[in-house]
Amino acid sequence: MTEQEVIELIDSSLAEEFELERADMIPEANLYEDLGLDSLDTVDMVIVLESAFNFKIREEEAVREIRTLGDIHRFVLSKVEQHS
Amino acid sequence: MPLASVVVSGIGIISPLGNSFPELMEGLQAGCSGVRIIPGLEKIGGLRPRLGAVVSGVDEKKIPRKFRRSMSAMSVFAYLASQQALEMAGYPEGQLGSGALGVIIGSTLGSTTTSEDFFKDFFRDYSLERMKTGLFFRMMGHSCAANVAQSLGITGRVLAPSAACATSCQAVGYAYEQIAMGRQEAILCGGADEFHPLTVATFDIMHAASTEFNLQPDAAPRPFDSLRDGMVCGEGSGVLLLENKESARKRGARILAEVVGFATTSDTSSIANPDVGAMVTCMRLAMEDAGCSAEEIDYVNAHATGTIQGDNAEAEAIRQFFGDRVPVSSLKGHLGHTMAASGAIELAGSIGMLQHQELIATRNLEQVDVNCAGINCFQKNHSQPLKTVLKNNFAMGGINSTIILKGYQDD
Repeated sequence: MTEQEVIELIDSSLAEEFELERADMIPEANLYEDLGLDSLDTVDMVIVLESAFNFKIREEEAVREIRTLGDIHRFVLSKVEQHS
Repeated sequence: MPLASVVVSGIGIISPLGNSFPELMEGLQAGCSGVRIIPGLEKIGGLRPRLGAVVSGVDEKKIPRKFRRSMSAMSVFAYLASQQALEMAGYPEGQLGSGALGVIIGSTLGSTTTSEDFFKDFFRDYSLERMKTGLFFRMMGHSCAANVAQSLGITGRVLAPSAACATSCQAVGYAYEQIAMGRQEAILCGGADEFHPLTVATFDIMHAASTEFNLQPDAAPRPFDSLRDGMVCGEGSGVLLLENKESARKRGARILAEVVGFATTSDTSSIANPDVGAMVTCMRLAMEDAGCSAEEIDYVNAHATGTIQGDNAEAEAIRQFFGDRVPVSSLKGHLGHTMAASGAIELAGSIGMLQHQELIATRNLEQVDVNCAGINCFQKNHSQPLKTVLKNNFAMGGINSTIILKGYQDD
């Protein structure tokens, strides 16, 4: 997958799960303040990403540091790179 | 301790006949049927019924995702019905979180559809790694009540009685008692259920579901009729807003009816089969609670689901009290059996009858069964002065319940 394809898969998966407007999904968007997610959503977000990319990330410390959509993009890109 | 008077000031309906109280009344008065052939039932091995009474036209997307994520269909129905009831009552938004308003809304089970989806996925590899956070909130026994309270910001008591077909009759009765005792000023009360083949199968295996009219959906069920062959399972939600009469009057609410009596009892003769004596006891206790005699009852809204045994027993119990004097009808010929919602939806129908002073006859009752004879099963809608209504709901598990309603007149 190209970097752009990974980002598109992340954004489309999250948009579908959390009914987000694509226009709001800029890398700087804070998951809580800008996209309106909460702690339950972030648990589900991990499951959505695991299912989309077929990896396991639930136990990873770095997941807890995620605040923005850009953080997700960077985290997933690094995981995809590790697996390739 | 003096008990407070309790009134109904709002009604919310999501039903096979329409998704508001006016639509329900219009459908009932016009003699419409909410029963349909349900596609897919024919693919289930061993299942004989093909009919159901399901809800249509509900737009769940109107509910913010934050609240909707923890709701299955039954909680969606309960939320929309609750919202309608509050709106009809003109209940002040500022009081939702005051603690004066509670919620008593039950269902037969938590969401069976959600359980099915979960276990279907779980049995693939016995993994819980795909389990999302909303699952428990849709499966839990108090899903409807909790979701209504959370989404509307209601901070008073939250209870979720679960007594199958008697659920919402009990919910209204418990709300009446708590308001009468001064524990809450107002309570949203009722029930909700969602259609699932498991419910149909439950009654089918006990030979209590209709199968003879699979190709004629609007001919079933047939309460008290000689050709009746069982119930038709349905879904929906009925929610009433009950309020302390004085506080309702103080805020200028339009009062729709008064709840004056309630009883619920356990029939230990059988977990499945009804007992006439136990039904009689329940009706007697409700009338005693209301301080009224059988002579004062103007109409009986029967539970009568269209099963052979249930209708026979209820007809006999009604006959013992009222003979053929009091008009009796069941609304399940129109609505099917909306399970945990049936008590509240049918109470709403009874309130509509009190308002219009018009009795609604049992749909599909063409020839009164000889075993149901001796009671006044009228067969045509007609105008009649109505003051006091007795409403029954009887449930699997030996749960009986009766509510007494009075029309409201400003004094």
